[in-house]
Amino acid sequence: MKPTISQLISTGKVLVSDGAWGTFLQAKGLQPGECPELWNIDHSDDVLDIAKNYIAAGADMIETNSFGGNSFKLANYGLQDRAIEINRKAAEISRKAAGQDKYVIGSIGPTGKILMMGDVTEEELYNAFKEQSMALYEGGADALVIETMTDLDEARIAIKAARENTPCEVICTMTFDRTLDGDYRSMMGASPTDMVKTLIDAGANIIGANCSNGIEGMISITNEIRSENKTIPVLIHANAGMPKYQDGETVFPESPEMMAGFVPQLMKAGANVIGGCCGTTPEHIKHIAGIVKKKDLLN
Amino acid sequence: MIKNYKMDQLLEKIAYCIEYGKINNISPYPPDMKGQDGADELTRQALEKGVPASDILTKALVIGMQKIGVKFRENKVFVPQVLMSAKAMNTAMVHLKPFFLSGEVKRKGTIIIGTVAGDLHDIGKNLVSMMIEGSGWEVIDLGVDVKTEKFIESLKQHPGSFLGLSALLTTTMGSMEKTVREIKTQLPETCILIGGAPVNHEFSIKIGADFYSPDPQGAVEFLNKKVA
Repeated sequence: MKPTISQLISTGKVLVSDGAWGTFLQAKGLQPGECPELWNIDHSDDVLDIAKNYIAAGADMIETNSFGGNSFKLANYGLQDRAIEINRKAAEISRKAAGQDKYVIGSIGPTGKILMMGDVTEEELYNAFKEQSMALYEGGADALVIETMTDLDEARIAIKAARENTPCEVICTMTFDRTLDGDYRSMMGASPTDMVKTLIDAGANIIGANCSNGIEGMISITNEIRSENKTIPVLIHANAGMPKYQDGETVFPESPEMMAGFVPQLMKAGANVIGGCCGTTPEHIKHIAGIVKKKDLLN
Repeated sequence: MIKNYKMDQLLEKIAYCIEYGKINNISPYPPDMKGQDGADELTRQALEKGVPASDILTKALVIGMQKIGVKFRENKVFVPQVLMSAKAMNTAMVHLKPFFLSGEVKRKGTIIIGTVAGDLHDIGKNLVSMMIEGSGWEVIDLGVDVKTEKFIESLKQHPGSFLGLSALLTTTMGSMEKTVREIKTQLPETCILIGGAPVNHEFSIKIGADFYSPDPQGAVEFLNKKVA
């Protein structure tokens, strides 16, 4: 049996994760207003091609096309009753691309509901995350990645639902922006420091940050996490900077070379898994993997 | 226990409840105001004591929302605190509704607001709606994934209204551009405000919108200046 991701990290290895799915799907023709996760069912070859591209680029693990696959998000498209089918298929596609050796990490995003406003109850959130986690596991996910979280309570509930209902390792990453004071806070006001204890106590095996405003800020975020906890494995999925809009198209400013240039500092800060978020491509991952693997050989 | 406050103190107290998100007596938030009357009770008391509804709006609700709006812009507070303030403001607003309907209290103007076609995100749009409403404006919220035709229809129904457009996704910035261009063609006098994570000032100029703000308070200040 292959080791878990955190077992592999404990041997001192730095691992490479994948890049963006949303931007890749758009490049393949996904239209605004279309449900990206439904592509698992009716454009499964395109989704498989994305997964294969990231494996070919050198990723040790790939996500699944299920970020908006919880029943609350799917309800926006009237697809809430198909959550199990859609998530299972998402994991099956990534598993097919990953083979048995590479890892499939099932993507779980926020519901878009705000607990403190009484939009939903804790139980409703738990059940939605439970359903999605179980379907991703059944489809073949090795681990689950709860990502782009901004609310500590929602993150905590998602982690519990994933841990209590599947044997998967659970990764949880939150999204932070830089405040005017230069600190990092999520939209709901949580700092990386606030995050560490809550997520670990809820049962997360690996924690970290994703999206935000480019890879450079991720170094400060990783340092902050590490000043709270020296041992918890840390995963960073940075986006390729803040997007710019040019002639009807979205352009991300950070090139593969630029992002890869920050990887040594990110590893030094204590990141154990490095990959991309919005705007990153297989080319970004190839460059990141190049730096990570070179460093591994030196160690 | 209902305490007696002089009018100004009462208005100050209501403004404080709005700023700190104290909804009503039983609300546990904020913890240091537990057991005290909130925006709900104090607004009722003010009306009973004969404080004009327009004073409650302009000297309490608007002030409280302005304070939280500025703190939000300065990153001193985050979304949860603003949401609690908005909840407190809405609770007070319920008591003022009859005065709006009778025409005794006038709003500053009307803004139609919505998230553009293809985009289903509403948290940012809702925050902006609440801040603008709390500044004394009437807000007509068309929701998310709003087609251009629907904005135009609403603008025709409410002539002279401002228009606020939101987009969270980089992919729906194109949709925002189309909406702005179409509306500027059909109803060129419409004043359009835009906002959302990927949007910026440069983009607003490029697509022909009239104003961009990175935070809700900026939109409030722009609107207020327009009718000052």
